[in-house]
Formats: sequence, C-alpha cells, structure tokens
Amino acid sequence: MLEVRQLQVRYGGIRAVKGVDLDVGEGELVCLIGANGAGKSSTLKAICRLIASDSSRLSYLGSDIRKSLVHELPRRGLVMVPEGRGIFPQLTVHENLAMGAYARGGGDPAAQYERFPRLKERRHQVAGTLSGGEQQMLAIARALMSEPKLLLLDEPSMGLAPQMVAKIFEIVREIAAQGVTILLVEQNALLALELAHRGYVMESGEISLAGEAKRLLENPRVREAYLGEGAG
Amino acid sequence: MQSFFDTRRYPWLVWVGFALIAVSLAVLPFALAQVGTTWVRITNYAILYVLLALGLNIVVGFAGLLDLGYIAFYAVGAYTYALLASPQFDLHLPFWVILPIGAAVAALFGVLLGAPTLKLRGDYLAIVTLGFGEIVRIFLNNLSRPVNITNGPQGITRIDSFKLDGFDFGHYGSLFGLEVSGPIRYYYLLLAVALGIIVVNLRLQNSRVGRAWEAIREDEIAARAMGIDTRNLKLLAFAMGASFGGVAGGMFSAIQGFISPESFVLVESIMVVSMVVLGGMGNIWGVILGALLLSFVPEILRWTVEPLQQALFGRMLVEPEVIRMLLFGLALVLIMLFRPAGLLPSAVRKRELAERAA
Repeated sequence: MLEVRQLQVRYGGIRAVKGVDLDVGEGELVCLIGANGAGKSSTLKAICRLIASDSSRLSYLGSDIRKSLVHELPRRGLVMVPEGRGIFPQLTVHENLAMGAYARGGGDPAAQYERFPRLKERRHQVAGTLSGGEQQMLAIARALMSEPKLLLLDEPSMGLAPQMVAKIFEIVREIAAQGVTILLVEQNALLALELAHRGYVMESGEISLAGEAKRLLENPRVREAYLGEGAG
Repeated sequence: MQSFFDTRRYPWLVWVGFALIAVSLAVLPFALAQVGTTWVRITNYAILYVLLALGLNIVVGFAGLLDLGYIAFYAVGAYTYALLASPQFDLHLPFWVILPIGAAVAALFGVLLGAPTLKLRGDYLAIVTLGFGEIVRIFLNNLSRPVNITNGPQGITRIDSFKLDGFDFGHYGSLFGLEVSGPIRYYYLLLAVALGIIVVNLRLQNSRVGRAWEAIREDEIAARAMGIDTRNLKLLAFAMGASFGGVAGGMFSAIQGFISPESFVLVESIMVVSMVVLGGMGNIWGVILGALLLSFVPEILRWTVEPLQQALFGRMLVEPEVIRMLLFGLALVLIMLFRPAGLLPSAVRKRELAERAA
C-alpha cells in the first residue's frame, strides 16, 4: 500500500533521514520506533509531503506521490494526525470534526461520536479547553472523518498520562481492526510493538532493525535500548 | 423588552426590522441634504470605507493575514478607473466596463503581493505588505517620466462621472419634485454596491472557502493535513480582498473627479485596519460598525469642537484636527483595553484573543 525507498530528508546541511526503506501492506499496523531525534517524525512528514524530501521511490496505492501536493493526499485516503495533535484550538469539537471531512466535501460525525462518547459530551466545547487525551482523541476522530485508507499517527502518546496512553492505544487497535491501515510513529516502544504487526527501529536517520513486532520485542538490542533492560 | 423582541415568537418582527432599516436608508440622504450636501458626501465616503473595511476583513478577519498595505489596491482600482475614463489618455469607457477591469487588476496585484509572501505570517507579513503599499504609491508618484502615465504628484483631473444610458450620476436632477443632487445619486449607487458586497461576505463566511480560511487562521499545518490547499486559498483571500478594494477605488475616482497619490498614503491603510480591528475582526457587522464610526465621529468632531470651544472659552484653544487625533488615539487605546476583540467581535476571534491573553 505504501512503499518507501531511499528516503532522505535534509534540514539545511543536516541529514535527518538517511535513506530509509519502508513498506506498509494493506490492513497492516506498522510502527516506527526510535529515540528522540532519530528522524521518525521527519520520515512521516516526508511521506505525507509536508516537508521536502528525496527518494528513489515513494508510492501510495501503486502511484508515485513524490510530486503530489500535501492537500491532495487526504482526498486519496492518506491522512496524517500531526504531532502535538494540531487541532483547531478555538473551534468547537463539532467544528473540528466538520473540518476533518473537508477533503471529502462533508460528512456526518455520528460514527466518531459513537467511538468517542467523551467527544459527544463535549461537542460544543472549544477544543483548546479539552484535556490532552481528549485533544488526541479529537485529532484522531477528525482524521477518521475523512475516511482514510492509510492513517499516519505521529506520537499519539506524547505528553499523556499512562492511563490515557493505554486508552489511546486501545482506540488505535480498534481502528486497525476495522480495516484501516496504520503507520504509527512512537517513542513508547513497548506499547507500540505490543500493538503492531510489524515494526521498524530507527536510529540517527537510518533503519537499524526491522521485522515482526513480536520478534523485535524479544530482540536483546531492542530490549536494551528501548525497554530499559539489560546492560544498565 | 426581551419578550417583545423575541424574533422566534414573532418572526414577522425581523421583516418589520428590515423594512425599517430599508426605509431609513432610502430616506437618509434627503434628510442629510437638509443639513447640508456636505453630509451626504461624508456619508458617501463612509460607505466607501465600509467597502474597503469589508474587503480587508476577508484578508485580515477571515484568513488571518495581516495586511498593512491594503490601500494600494484602492489606489490600483482608482487609477485604473482614472486612466480609462479621463482626458489623460483620452479614453472614456463606461463605468460598468471599467469597474470589473479595476477589480481584476486589483485582484492581480493581490496575487502579486500574496505569491511571494505565502510563507510569511504575523509581523513579517505586516512588514512586507506595508512596503508593498508604499511601493505602489511611490510608483504612482513617479510614473510621469519618461512616459507620462499617472501624471505624477499632480494626479489625474477631470475624471468622468458614472453615466448610464444618459443618466449622469454626477449631475443635478429632480425626481417626483424632489431635488436629487449628484451626491444623492452616488449614495444610492454606493449603497447598492455595499449591499452586494455584504451579501458576498455573508455567503463567504460559512462557505467551504470561508471554513477553510478559518482553519488556516487557526493552524496552517493542521489545515494542510485536512486536505486544504493553503496556497491557493491564501492567494484567493488576497485576490478577493484586493478586488473589493479595487471596486471601491474606482468609485472613489468617479465621485471625486480627481485623484493623486496623496490619497493613498500609509495612514489610510492604517485607518482601514483600525476600522476592522475596532469593529471586530471577522465579524461583518462589526467591521461595518467600525468603518462607520471611524468615518463619522471625526467629522462630527470637526463640526462641534470649534463652536464648543468658542462657547466655553470665547476663542479657539485647540485646533479641531489635533483634538480629533487625540480622541481617536484615546478611543483605540480604550477599545484595546476593554474590548480587545472589537466592538462586535466574531465568536471565534473572541476565543482566540482570550486564549492568547491567558
């Protein structure tokens, strides 16, 4: 569904992403894990064309998207939930959801209210006054409004209480179970690997390990580097 | 009171209200003419400012792009009209041909300003637009040599008034025994154009385009992630705002009969921005109120300050012009202190400003 070959991102002279290869198959839940500054978010932003990048291949549903414009991709079902949530803080929950359906030319938020009863309760509340977890729910719900085929999630657990993180991951699992393909970028390696089918580990701009999520969980290098076990 | 004006219980009240407003707007110029034709002229300029403020509201209020050079589009529209309907090039095209041309040329200039500034926001955008406004004015001042286009600082004189089928808006006439002077004719024309532009603004606000502007204003990255083409929509905001300014400029040209670069100085841009901010960015009715207040109050002061001082002190102590600026500044400071979102704020804007203050 998504094919990335030799993806490179440069910020001035600094190479943040140094030739990443990555695949996401239809119906898969794939996670991209790694430490702060490893280039995970840059990779994700490059995929949805928010930032300029070089690659030998960047294709979505079989078509080359290296020259596509950012705003065209949501119309084709490739939707990103930006890092730090990126909700419209002064619009109400309902208005935020309505904006999510922009690419499709309109839609009914009823299904999202069913998935997120909390958002229904607060639908007339201004989004900026929601708690961090609720804002993340709103960001995901808003992305779902455009009925994505491939959902890119950028660190949904960032800055949330552990309980809320668990809840958000449960929601991600549900969305995946309903047939939406997901590429999840996470620092919380343990939770992400438990959830995903496959995983990629990123280190200073390169993919250092890749494979089935279960295997990665057992991999001593992963355990040492990201799960706080071993060496120390 | 509350129950009497409950429009949900008495829906016909809305129509009575509209009828009252329509009748008073229709009668207004004749009432004003009793006081003096000057007041009809002042009203006409006030309506021109309403047009300008509504145009700028699209750029500043809807799309959130601070434009301090807006008067440049007014100038472009005014000069387009002046050049195509005056002895300058001996062209005398009818106004209904020139006004759309003026709007289109102004829109083109809007895109010219918008395209290189797409990535700028806030203060930086304000600086570039301010410079743009000055560039246009300086060009108008100097485009008299080697080929004389704008006639430089002398400006263009003897600009045609609007004529429609032998009906000249600039001339005196009578209707049903009532004296209808030129300014009164222009008043109705301006009113009609203003109503048209208000309708366009109202329709825009809740349209797909208006919502997209709102999203861009709130969070540009998120807007792009939603599938909003931020580049084209920002350019569209610049172009639409500019075209309204262009139309207003063309009408200004015709009403004045004379224009020079002096009419398009930075203070005018700041004036229009003040109208939008004072009235309430993003709220159409607020912006109209702001424009009317800032054009009428100084005039009223001009007519009252002098006699008042004569009566109190027997002589004039302070020039009306000085008091005008003093009160104007004071009013703006008070507004910013007590109603930072404007007199009639838009709901979303109010929240945005409250958020920033917190």
